[in-house]
Amino acid sequence: MRFDEYEVGEFYDEMFSATSRPQVGARRLLDALQHMPEEEVLNCQKAAERLLLQMGITFNVYGENAGVEKIFPFDILPRIISAIEWSRIERGLKQRIRALNLFIDDIYHEQKIIKDGVVPAEILFSAKSYRQQCVGWNPPRGIWCHITGTDLVRHRDGQIYVLEDNLRCPSGVSYVLENRQLMKNLFPSVFANSRIRPVSDYPLKLRDMLEYLAPDHIDTPRVVLLTPGIYNSAYFEHSFLAQQMGIELVEGRDLVVDDGVVLMRTTKGFERVDVIYRRLDDDFLDPDCFRPDSMLGVPGLMEAYKAGNVALANAPGTGVADDKVVYAYVPRIVKYYLGEEIILPNVPTYICAEEEDLRYVLEHIGELVIKAANESGGYGMLVGPHSTQEQRADFAARVKANPRNYIAQPTLSLSRVPTLIGDKCEGRHVDLRPYILCGKDIFVLPGGLTRVALKKGSLVVNSSQGGGSKDTWVMADSPHVERDQVEVDAAAFAGA
Amino acid sequence: MLSRVADSVYWMSRYVERAENVARFIEVNFQLTLDAPALSDEQWSPLVSTSGDHEDFAERYGTASRENVLRFLMFDTRNPNSILSCLRTARENARTVREIISSEMWLHLNKFYLMITSAAAAARSPEPSQELLAEVRLASHLFTGITDATMAHGEAWHFCRLGRKLERADKTSRILDVKYYILLRSVEDVGTPIDDIQWAAVLRSASAFEMYRKRHGRISPRGVVEFLILDREFPRAIQFCLLAARDSLYSISGTPPGTFRYLPEKLLGQLCADMSYGGVDDIISHGLHEYLDELQTQMNRLGIGIHEMFFALKKPPHLAKRPMTIMQGMTQ
Repeated sequence: MRFDEYEVGEFYDEMFSATSRPQVGARRLLDALQHMPEEEVLNCQKAAERLLLQMGITFNVYGENAGVEKIFPFDILPRIISAIEWSRIERGLKQRIRALNLFIDDIYHEQKIIKDGVVPAEILFSAKSYRQQCVGWNPPRGIWCHITGTDLVRHRDGQIYVLEDNLRCPSGVSYVLENRQLMKNLFPSVFANSRIRPVSDYPLKLRDMLEYLAPDHIDTPRVVLLTPGIYNSAYFEHSFLAQQMGIELVEGRDLVVDDGVVLMRTTKGFERVDVIYRRLDDDFLDPDCFRPDSMLGVPGLMEAYKAGNVALANAPGTGVADDKVVYAYVPRIVKYYLGEEIILPNVPTYICAEEEDLRYVLEHIGELVIKAANESGGYGMLVGPHSTQEQRADFAARVKANPRNYIAQPTLSLSRVPTLIGDKCEGRHVDLRPYILCGKDIFVLPGGLTRVALKKGSLVVNSSQGGGSKDTWVMADSPHVERDQVEVDAAAFAGA
Repeated sequence: MLSRVADSVYWMSRYVERAENVARFIEVNFQLTLDAPALSDEQWSPLVSTSGDHEDFAERYGTASRENVLRFLMFDTRNPNSILSCLRTARENARTVREIISSEMWLHLNKFYLMITSAAAAARSPEPSQELLAEVRLASHLFTGITDATMAHGEAWHFCRLGRKLERADKTSRILDVKYYILLRSVEDVGTPIDDIQWAAVLRSASAFEMYRKRHGRISPRGVVEFLILDREFPRAIQFCLLAARDSLYSISGTPPGTFRYLPEKLLGQLCADMSYGGVDDIISHGLHEYLDELQTQMNRLGIGIHEMFFALKKPPHLAKRPMTIMQGMTQ
């Protein structure tokens, strides 16, 4: 397979530098690919797709017939991250989650950050996922956000920015694990000769973290994963993680709260549950506490939680920090709680609730990406440069009607990774979602899910709107070795 | 294990077994029509009556031609007992309990399902695809083999086995019924070459022909009845299935064998005892069809008992004493 015709273009490319030299860590893979006949590479791609279908690695698309499964498209060309780069990203992610946990705990208790005027009260209390019911609650071990998926993007300037935090039920890690397994089957020699950091210990780390949340006096805590069921778009992930961790997958109807304790219905009677990894939004958790019409939750669950008889991961109430307007304050939040400058910066963000920003946004609506505070999946968003006059006018009206609900960011020139399109190799825009576990220690999974926008020129990577995924390789080489290697390999490549 | 999961795993196995047996039904008929082509078209409507769905069939298809019956039994998505529907239901059940079954079980079941759906899409007028029916049987065998080889033989595995054996016992009794009660044209045919051919066809569809020969030699109605109902060694014989089912039921409940604590144990225990201490003469003098009919009724009762005991929603101790709120009533 040849890369002579591959165009890096005006974008930052994760595989090739501007002068078409391989980026640090990409050398071995490129070697392998260049020695493989093109047909073999294409067959690998087809084999991967077939395997995904047979293995049933699917997601459900909302709005279509219930239970319609689609394969999450996978591209065999991975995204590679060097060890030095990753170590900085890891530090930045740990810093961020530490600050966010302190922040969430504060706003449900003394709210010092509001009193000190760092974050406006109206922004917080009007956040859609701010839960009045959670005020005064003390989650086990004082941790609110156990599992986070932070979306990162790289701009043309080569800098990594945080696009958003996902502190409620971030999904996608199952694809990371299955993609890696797929890649190991397709390119065993590349794995054998490289030092790619493994991801397979994630389920073990996750289970350890969940067990840590149970009270000390319980020797073997019973941990379960609560799913809304097979029609949820992420159902595959729920059952996959439960299986990998060796814990029960339960639905709301399998659980009952009796005398303040959570029990599950088994063939031998009722058994106590100590920790619930819940993949259910707060709203649906408990009809006695949140939405009364929810059929997916467990009546009385919050009473059991408040009494300290069951632990929930993530704790209810964390969604307040998912609000995109709250996101805009995170650099100030990090400064406030940790006294540090933020390592991984936010994308520059205009807060429409602030008058000056609002004026700017309305004047430059064609150049900016405007986002609603609480939508996801690429919905509720206007990509200025790709929009029509009509769409802009419509969105401007919405922003003016409810400025608190919108932020705007300059359009980023997302980095690209070579992707197999038909029988050619073309650059496609990607983002990255690493996963962070917060228990006794903070564990950051090396790499994470690289989502790729498969449509030419598209910046939308979500699975529901034409996105796919790639394997993400974090190299384990020491920085010293890498530097030398780059010198040698670049020369060899230039001569080839 | 979770009641709901036991429920799903039990029905997953039952539906895979059911799909295999529908294929066997159809194959009996093929064998029969091949040897007596003059009776060909009339031979297909009994299949529909045996399945119990004749009203629905009559309404939507009208005549019981070979083409209609085949489509109804193999690919009709509105027939909950068609091969396609059985696979779909089995797969849905498996999907809800993927974390309990081995990944190989899931992979194979998924491939099985994809094989049927693509056959359904391809078949415009199903030429009696004997090949497809053989593949269904094979895929079912493979599923059982993979289950036995890759699933820990604990509670979940016993529920699989319980479901599979009960389904097999029920369907073997229906295969017997198809031949004896429905296809027998007149008393004169008994003991004639046609009769022998028909019995041989029944044996073949239960994969029993060679084993029968070894055990009994010449084909006789009495011999076939004894073999398919009472044999304790042949895996598709009804008694064999019920004894295995009983073994699994007791493994799950932990009750000492030979005693009972729960209704399903009592029912199954009695069924097995009647079979073990009855004999083929009792069956024949009672009337084969009547005997099989009663057997099916008892097995239905047993199925309900199993559901009540393991799968149905119950109330936990404290809540059982308090009056329920409406919300609690809805989720319990």
